[in-house]
Amino acid sequence: MSDMNTQAVARYRNNFLKEVEERVEDGHWVRMCMQCGVCAGSCPLGPHWEHSPQKIFMMIRAGKREEVLTSDAMWMCTSCYNCIVRCPRKLPITHIMHGLAHYSHRLGLAPKGQPTREIAKLFWDSLVKTGRVNELKFSLAMYFKDGFGQGIKNAMAMQGVGLGLVKAGRLNPMEILGGHACKDKGGIQKMIAKAQEIENRKKGLTA
Amino acid sequence: MTASIPTNQTILVVGGGISGMTAALEAAECGKEVILVEKTPTLGGRTAQLYRYFPKMCHPTCGLEINEKRLRGNPRIRVMTMTEVTAVAGRRGDYKVNLKVSPRYVTAACTACGDCGKAVSAEVPDAFNYGLAKVKAAYLPHPMAYPQRYVIDPSIVGTPDGEAAKAACKAGAVDLGMQEETAEISVGAIVWATGWRPFDANKIQPYGYDRIANVITSVEFERLADPHGPTGGKLLRPSDGKEARNVAFIQCAGSRDENYLRHCSRICCMASLKQTQYVREAYGEGENGAKSTVYYIDIRAIDRFEDFYAKVWQDPTVSFVKSKVARIAENKENGNPVLHGVNTEGYHRYATEHDLVVLAVGMEPEVTGVKLPEDVIQDSSNFIEGSRDGGMFGAGAASSPLDVNRAVQSATAASLRAIQVIRKTASTEAA
Ligand SMILES: Cc1cc2nc3c(=O)[nH]c(=O)nc-3n(C[C@H](O)[C@H](O)[C@H](O)COP(=O)(O)OP(=O)(O)OC[C@H]3O[C@@H](n4cnc5c(N)ncnc54)[C@H](O)[C@@H]3O)c2cc1C
Ligand code: SF4
Ligand code: SF4
Repeated sequence: MSDMNTQAVARYRNNFLKEVEERVEDGHWVRMCMQCGVCAGSCPLGPHWEHSPQKIFMMIRAGKREEVLTSDAMWMCTSCYNCIVRCPRKLPITHIMHGLAHYSHRLGLAPKGQPTREIAKLFWDSLVKTGRVNELKFSLAMYFKDGFGQGIKNAMAMQGVGLGLVKAGRLNPMEILGGHACKDKGGIQKMIAKAQEIENRKKGLTA
Repeated sequence: MTASIPTNQTILVVGGGISGMTAALEAAECGKEVILVEKTPTLGGRTAQLYRYFPKMCHPTCGLEINEKRLRGNPRIRVMTMTEVTAVAGRRGDYKVNLKVSPRYVTAACTACGDCGKAVSAEVPDAFNYGLAKVKAAYLPHPMAYPQRYVIDPSIVGTPDGEAAKAACKAGAVDLGMQEETAEISVGAIVWATGWRPFDANKIQPYGYDRIANVITSVEFERLADPHGPTGGKLLRPSDGKEARNVAFIQCAGSRDENYLRHCSRICCMASLKQTQYVREAYGEGENGAKSTVYYIDIRAIDRFEDFYAKVWQDPTVSFVKSKVARIAENKENGNPVLHGVNTEGYHRYATEHDLVVLAVGMEPEVTGVKLPEDVIQDSSNFIEGSRDGGMFGAGAASSPLDVNRAVQSATAASLRAIQVIRKTASTEAA
């Protein structure tokens, strides 16, 4: 377990709701939920994950810290916004789910090998390194994340799409050789570092 | 009725539902002069459109009949139907009010024999039945209408149907030359008893009220249950006229929702609990008997209504699912609505078919979207709280979503405040 997690546990003890309110993006909305269940019933991914937003919000209030932060639920959210549109209390559910995902990731509690999380990590790493996302490397990394054999299969399956992108000038095969960065790579990196510093300060996180 | 001239000693009551009637009667029985204006052709309001009312399950006739009797016996109240307030000027103790009276085309000579109705052939949507049925274009608004006087729909004036109605009337009460009239009156205090209207269910897109025939509203269900209603009191569903034995009630349809009505409409939980008993009475217990399912967030049976709730909870024909339904689809084969959602007790996903779905629609103030005098204070849901000058008052469902009993209490309170304004005005003038 990360230091950040140990510190959080020490700081908030049994008050997980307070932790969420202070540290999770839009977390202060959680207490507004009236447990009507319309978000749970509206989510297209509903049958495929363990916890619906409604359930997650109740678990937060019940102090089920471990279960919430290790849940795969917030990683399954596709940002369809169905729940936000229907929530009678206007909770920004999608945003809270992403906030929870982000927080659990920072604490090192997010489920290992969860595909959405892996993709998000690849995307982010590529972005931080060069200031832009290298489409080719990103796609290849995605295909091969489950091993070489599966990677070849995935790449073959997506061949048509890839060629189409190349033809349209959206994908440059030469990018495999390093790929180009944005003009001010250092500037972007500084900007991200600053943003992280502000976020940590605001949320009382030390990393 | 006396033709006394309204002065600032007169109280104006706007809206002739159970609340307006009560406010007017209480003031008049205290010796005050009252003008009661009602925009439709009859008093009674939406109470008259209920089949029966909780908690005692009595017919609306009970409450209305006695009030109509009190009205008939009281010379201090002037009832003006088909009348609307178009402007209010002045202030507490001294208001000038403009009224607009629409033509009824039938005079006070009408004996309500119904000959005109028999003579015409044109039909218009029946407002009393929320448009579920049609009515002849010369009609009595409903059996308990007050005054007991027919109305001729403007659409047949100037047509052979209009002339036929006139010819048929032995009392000579049909006057097709009637015109819209205006009047200006002076009053000292105003009670707004303008009531409520059902929230427009079309706005709740996921429930498909506009697309699925067998999704109806709670006010429509009252009409289906009523022997005076479009099905003669049989619970038949709209798509195919089949008996609706397996009925779903969806609570908070529009209410308690920041997207629609912010407030809890307070009566709709009780209304659905009551309506489960209509289903029970129609089909009884047993294998192929009544089956009601109430989908709810939480049941709000206020105060002593809890007893009613407890009784329905015991009823084997009724079950409860703690869930705000996410959406309704339609089984194209049999026309059954299919409810989708998650039961929050145990987090079970469901897709359940019913014969008929009743949306327990919220109560919205009838004056939503209507321009009221500037001085009137309304809350965030448009319910009338009063006025800055202290001379105008909200009463009944115009002031808050209230059941009949509470609406009547609220009207009595408003009446008392109006009387106080009149008394103060009188004493300052005397001094
Ligand atoms: C589905 C359903 C079932 C219900 N069942 C029950 C029940 O079983 N028991 C119970 O106690 N309550 C019940 N209620 C609540 C009940 O209907 C209300 O308490 C009652 O109608 C309130 O009466 P009111 O006079 O305040 O308003 P209304 O009945 O709405 O009367 C208002 C009157 O004012 C008139 N008006 C409106 N605007 C103007 C204007 N600008 N100028 C002139 N006139 C105007 C209207 O035409 C109407 O006649 C139910 C409600 C619903 C939705
Ligand atoms: S829709 Fe909103 S109020 Fe209802 S359970 Fe979900 S978050 Fe809570
Ligand atoms: S009374 Fe019941 S159905 Fe009506 S808004 Fe309130 S909780 Fe919902």
